[in-house]
Amino acid sequence: MTPDPQIEIRDLRLAYGHKEVIHGISFEIFRHEIFGVIGPAQSGKTSLLRCINRTIDFSPDARVSGTIRVDGEDVRQTRDVHGLRRRIGMVAPLPVGLPMSIYDNVAFAPRCAGLKRKSDLDDMVERCLRQAALWDEVKDRLDSLGTKLSGGQQQRLTIARALSHQPDILCLDEFSIAIDPVTTMRIEDVLKELRQEMTIILVTNLTQQARRLADRTLFLWNGEVVELDSSEVIFSDHPGNPKTYDYVNGIFG
Amino acid sequence: MSASSDKLFTETPQVRRKLRQETLAKWVFAGMAGLMIIPLLLIIGYLVQRAWPSLSIGFLLDVPTHGMRDGGVWPAFVGTIYLVFLSLAVSAPIGILAAVYLNEYSRDNWFNRIINLAVINLAGVPSIVHALFGLGAFVYAARFGCSIISASLTLAIMTLPVIIASTREALASVPRSFREACWNVGATRWQTIRAVVLPNAISGILTGIILQVSRAAGETAPIMFTGAVFFKAVQKGSIFPYGLTDQCMALSMHLFTLATQVPDVKESIPFATAVVLMGSVLLVNTAAIGLRLYLRSHKKW
Repeated sequence: MTPDPQIEIRDLRLAYGHKEVIHGISFEIFRHEIFGVIGPAQSGKTSLLRCINRTIDFSPDARVSGTIRVDGEDVRQTRDVHGLRRRIGMVAPLPVGLPMSIYDNVAFAPRCAGLKRKSDLDDMVERCLRQAALWDEVKDRLDSLGTKLSGGQQQRLTIARALSHQPDILCLDEFSIAIDPVTTMRIEDVLKELRQEMTIILVTNLTQQARRLADRTLFLWNGEVVELDSSEVIFSDHPGNPKTYDYVNGIFG
Repeated sequence: MSASSDKLFTETPQVRRKLRQETLAKWVFAGMAGLMIIPLLLIIGYLVQRAWPSLSIGFLLDVPTHGMRDGGVWPAFVGTIYLVFLSLAVSAPIGILAAVYLNEYSRDNWFNRIINLAVINLAGVPSIVHALFGLGAFVYAARFGCSIISASLTLAIMTLPVIIASTREALASVPRSFREACWNVGATRWQTIRAVVLPNAISGILTGIILQVSRAAGETAPIMFTGAVFFKAVQKGSIFPYGLTDQCMALSMHLFTLATQVPDVKESIPFATAVVLMGSVLLVNTAAIGLRLYLRSHKKW
């Protein structure tokens, strides 16, 4: 796999009010790789994802500087923010089922984008629910409320929603912290299949999860890049930076 | 069972004292809340007792006769309905849209701080001042004259800030996580509001509007100078007796008139008027509570 940078981040700085949380980081994410981001709490991992899909705009006191290029286009200059967000799927840590039917949950994004024909929407809903490994459990009750599903089902529903607008990039922000291990394993299998179609950014504080899934892993600490390398190196006994070894082995953080 | 766990669950004097204090506190708080019922029952009881000779369906449908010393309250009843309906028809849409802007779109800048300040201050304006404003702005400056339009618009301005506040509260009760989930899939703010926020805030919004009915129906000062009159000849039982540019009678104004301006009125007539007014208000508020209970039971999360 020749490295083909899909996302380029140059000197990204983020401050909430007077407090700087990301201190000028630069790196690239390659097409069709699973890119892991590990680090302790408050290291800027979630904020980084929010900068990429521009949902940082919804935090009124956030100030961003630097460049983030997705497929060559500067994310901060783009006029079509909603189109950008449709190219990037986002899965939040806590499962969220929207208060509408399961069908409407998955059809919501295509409808917002303009897709109206029922047959197209039916196909889309089934495909996304199958891809998210949820179809078999809900195919007989697509009309029931999304909020009444279990946590693991709601998280898979969130993934189905994220897939419904056919993104090139899928961002997962600590997706497994609120769900059971069995569902986590199922979703990890889903991610391994999805990497053929899209680039996956996996933010996690479970270092073992990054070790299982990620091709390359970024260790972010206090808003700075400590080390970025292939997962084999990061999780080995001799990573480039001794701090990485300490963190992965639970000596701090 | 070890000896120490026996000691843990025995009722020492301290435990008994805490339980007594707990019970006492509960009864004090419950008593204070229960006291609320007493004034309401007293008022209703007193009014109904004094109004008894005049209370009948005929009283509602009949027009005032013999120089308002006898007869019914139909023109005033219809007039109040006109005023309440028209004033809410103006203030509800404006209030909801303003609340949506303030809760969903506005950032913390000088412009929005001024708006918030204006809403808070408007809520504190005394009703007699609203009346004078209505007189100057609608009766004279806008040339509507003394009419239902002027009176309704004055009432609309009076009810607007509270509708904004209750709508904002209803919107804020929708969890932010729903909005974020919608934004993450590329929905615009408006698409999110239309699909998730508004439909799930509607019960709170409607309840807030319905509760303003009692306020609009009960105020006398704002309508006194702007559109309500002492007497208007109206056909008994007619449903649309007034045009928008006409002046009208209203229950609150009628009550004031009967109590102060009409000598030798039959004693039960003003009380019966009050019963009609209070009864209508209680009915509407009960409908609001019923609506809220119904929509709560259908809550989607």
